[in-house]
Amino acid sequence: MTGPLLRVRDLSVEFAGEEGTVRAVDGVGFDVAPGEVLGLVGESGSGKSVTAMSVLGLIRPPGRIAGGRVEFRGTDLRTLPEREMRRIRGAEIAMVFQDPMTALNPVLTIGAQIAEAVRLHDRKVSARAARARAADLLRAVGVPDPGQRVRQYPHEFSGGMRQRAMVAMAIANGPALIIADEPTTALDVTVQAQVLALLSTAQRETGAATVLITHDLGVVAEMADRVVVMYAGRVMEHADVRTIFDRPRHPYTRGLLESLPRLDGDAAELPAIPGTPPGMADPPDGCPFHPRCPMARDRCRTERPPLRDVAAGHASACHFHEELGGRGAAAAGEESHA
Amino acid sequence: MTTTSLPRRSGPRGGRPRSRALRRFTRNRPAMAGAVVLAVIVLLAVLAPLIVAHPPDAVNLEAARQGPSARYWLGTDTSGRDVFARTVYAGRVSLLVGLLAAALSVVLGTVLGAVAGLFGRWADTVIMRAADIVMSFPAVVTIMVLAGIVGPSVTILVLAIGVTQWPVAARVVRGVTMSLRDREYLQAARISGARALWLIRTHVVPAALPPVTVTGTLAVAQAIMLETTMSFLGLGVQPPQASWGNMLNDAQNLTLIQTMPWLWIPPGIAIAVTVLAVNFVGDGLRDAVDPRQAAGVRR
Amino acid sequence: MAVFITRRLLLNVLVFALISVGIFLLVRAAPGDPVQMMVSPEQLQSGGPAFIAAKRHELGLDQSLVAQYAHWLGGALTGDLGTSFVSRRPVTAMLAERIGPTVELMGVALVVGLVVAIVLGVAAGMRRNSFLDYGATGLSLGAVSLPPFFLGIVGIYFFSLRAGILPSSGMTTPGVSGALDQLRHLVLPGLILALITAGPFTRYVRGGLVDELGADYVRTAEAKGASRARVVVRHALRNSLIPLITVVMYQIPQLLAGAVVIEQVFSWPGMGQLAISSINQQDYPVIIGFALWVAMLVLLCNLIADVLYAIVDPRVSLR
Repeated sequence: MTGPLLRVRDLSVEFAGEEGTVRAVDGVGFDVAPGEVLGLVGESGSGKSVTAMSVLGLIRPPGRIAGGRVEFRGTDLRTLPEREMRRIRGAEIAMVFQDPMTALNPVLTIGAQIAEAVRLHDRKVSARAARARAADLLRAVGVPDPGQRVRQYPHEFSGGMRQRAMVAMAIANGPALIIADEPTTALDVTVQAQVLALLSTAQRETGAATVLITHDLGVVAEMADRVVVMYAGRVMEHADVRTIFDRPRHPYTRGLLESLPRLDGDAAELPAIPGTPPGMADPPDGCPFHPRCPMARDRCRTERPPLRDVAAGHASACHFHEELGGRGAAAAGEESHA
Repeated sequence: MTTTSLPRRSGPRGGRPRSRALRRFTRNRPAMAGAVVLAVIVLLAVLAPLIVAHPPDAVNLEAARQGPSARYWLGTDTSGRDVFARTVYAGRVSLLVGLLAAALSVVLGTVLGAVAGLFGRWADTVIMRAADIVMSFPAVVTIMVLAGIVGPSVTILVLAIGVTQWPVAARVVRGVTMSLRDREYLQAARISGARALWLIRTHVVPAALPPVTVTGTLAVAQAIMLETTMSFLGLGVQPPQASWGNMLNDAQNLTLIQTMPWLWIPPGIAIAVTVLAVNFVGDGLRDAVDPRQAAGVRR
Repeated sequence: MAVFITRRLLLNVLVFALISVGIFLLVRAAPGDPVQMMVSPEQLQSGGPAFIAAKRHELGLDQSLVAQYAHWLGGALTGDLGTSFVSRRPVTAMLAERIGPTVELMGVALVVGLVVAIVLGVAAGMRRNSFLDYGATGLSLGAVSLPPFFLGIVGIYFFSLRAGILPSSGMTTPGVSGALDQLRHLVLPGLILALITAGPFTRYVRGGLVDELGADYVRTAEAKGASRARVVVRHALRNSLIPLITVVMYQIPQLLAGAVVIEQVFSWPGMGQLAISSINQQDYPVIIGFALWVAMLVLLCNLIADVLYAIVDPRVSLR
């Protein structure tokens, strides 16, 4: 197959609120190649999850996709009728949500919910066969005693086991793309590694491409091939994982990296990025990051930097990305624009 | 909250919460309509002696059973009493009973709710259990039995409505109190040995005022409904004093229903319009005070 | 499970005891001497003070309050609620023959009201701010704002007096028999009660569905490729109807209040009508009997609600 599996271009999503419209995603674009793992990184509220829901066509009022294209295997999903879209959801593109407690229906058994995923896309499967398949899937994701477990309700599962069940549901139909939205955030630290390992295995064995949404660069370092860094609904930087970690060309990415604990560092001295992300009904003029940026100049306050290629396969949306030539290089440069 | 939800807005049109609530209320069309209608009704009731041409209880057998006319705007009843005058004077009773009963239920509920929220433990358990139980009894039947045993009167009506309706306010105030309790200033106040009543007055009441205003308004509607129902059943306002409920009771005979609709249409419409107006105002206030709930679900 | 039910049962017994004490004391404190109500004025005249004293002794009124209460409660628990001052018949029998018509009225109202509420509530919840949604809001507002007795009179005016198609009172036409006649008598009171019952239920179904449609698991179901209809019926509605079961149980006593009023308008020979006429005649034994039956109904509904909730919702563990 030639070309990317998923190609997102100029995606914008708006939410109509009581006091005006909020643009949660603003001109986002990226590609996902078959079998590749793309890390979608940013703080909460940066538009990562909204982006994911747009790919599945699940933005509900008061939200709406205001513009852009979401191409899957070359077809713009936005032009597909709902019926066709349903055939893709859960079969071609599957989703793993953040909190498996609320993402699973509390009054249906785990087995019934996995079996539903199977039967929704293959009517020929009998209810009994679907339940057997659900047990197989649970076994595949490492849930012990699956024959018993299929009959239990979500509240009878532990957090980690619930997320395993969610993964089982996602891989039920052998999807080409799995979108995992903060799959480990709601879990205990000890379980996080297990679930990541499981996702990794599942991805390797099924060959599915994965979009891994996370605020945790550690997770990205472990899993991702390429990384898209989002801030305030926009893509700030985009590169392969090594480049992002070794030669970040955006001050926001650098801020994220510096707040990452390192084995050789002192955890107590982690510099967090000062300030909070902007309220998106009232985005700042110019670069959305400038109120928190250590390098901000006058130009950043007035002119919005476009996302530009800074090297092959490496794009940054910073006016002064050149000053970030190498990691650790001081962002010295004097004010050049009066 | 999920990550797909809206980012919080802190826009230039912020302002103090109270003025913002006021703006939301005035933009709410049903609520404003309700407020206007209610103002007219209250004005009619207050100015009743200046408005009506005939005393409400004046019997005039020569003018009995007349249809609406220029002289008797809404006609006369079987004793020749002016239906318009009776309807307007009945409004005084209904509004007065509604306000007093709602006030009583709110005061009772506020004190009990604050005590439950402040002291917690067994006081909370006992009060809230009692609230559940009182709520689960149908108010009409409870008041009916009380009025039936003690004998019907306006006083009993007000007391009985207050006693059956306090749990609504109690729940609201308890919730507010609990959320305040863990804040430092209340804990500090408790350590210094401040009295519970003082705590309630200076801390709980101001915080609970907006939601309690909403509850109180809706309680007025409920109380008016209960008053008219009891009066209709003959267990509320006693004749010859006019009340919307007992006017409907008086008209409750097939001949009167068929031949003299002006006897039952005005009090019936008056109840519906008044209760509807109060409910609209109450709903509008709630939406203004708690816009989060207004945007989504109402329970 | 057994422990849970036992605890609830004990609590309800306690509440019932408190209510019975309350009613007992209230009646004793009420104006009017029971002896004077029970015996005819002539007897009172002829018998003099000695007769009254004897009667007081016969009724146990010369004993202590506690003893009186114990005696009365003992009777009540064995089904003996005394005899009516007016008709001289056993109160239990009088209540028993009135319960059928009331249950019939309430049953019809509950079933019709629930069907209307679920259909309208779901439609409104799925299409918010649509015409149907405003209709649902209007219905629930009307149900709390339109007095049922006024609706009853309006119904009688149009359907019985003007159109002449439905009877205006009673359960049957004297001299006419058959199911059709009974059904015709049921239409107006039943539907009006159903209407006011449907109001709060509609609000509840709509609110619950809107809540559940915003839940994460609904998003999961959609992400699996489930259709909107499937998401609503299999996932959201199922979850939103669980609390409705308890709401229905809690609403049954409120329905009784509506029935009392409707019975009065339509001369429906049920418990409410009996209660009102007993109150007007100060027939205390019947009033008390009615009150105790209502208390029992309320507490029973509460108990059933608690137990049902625990059974239907797998999340509630009983301990």
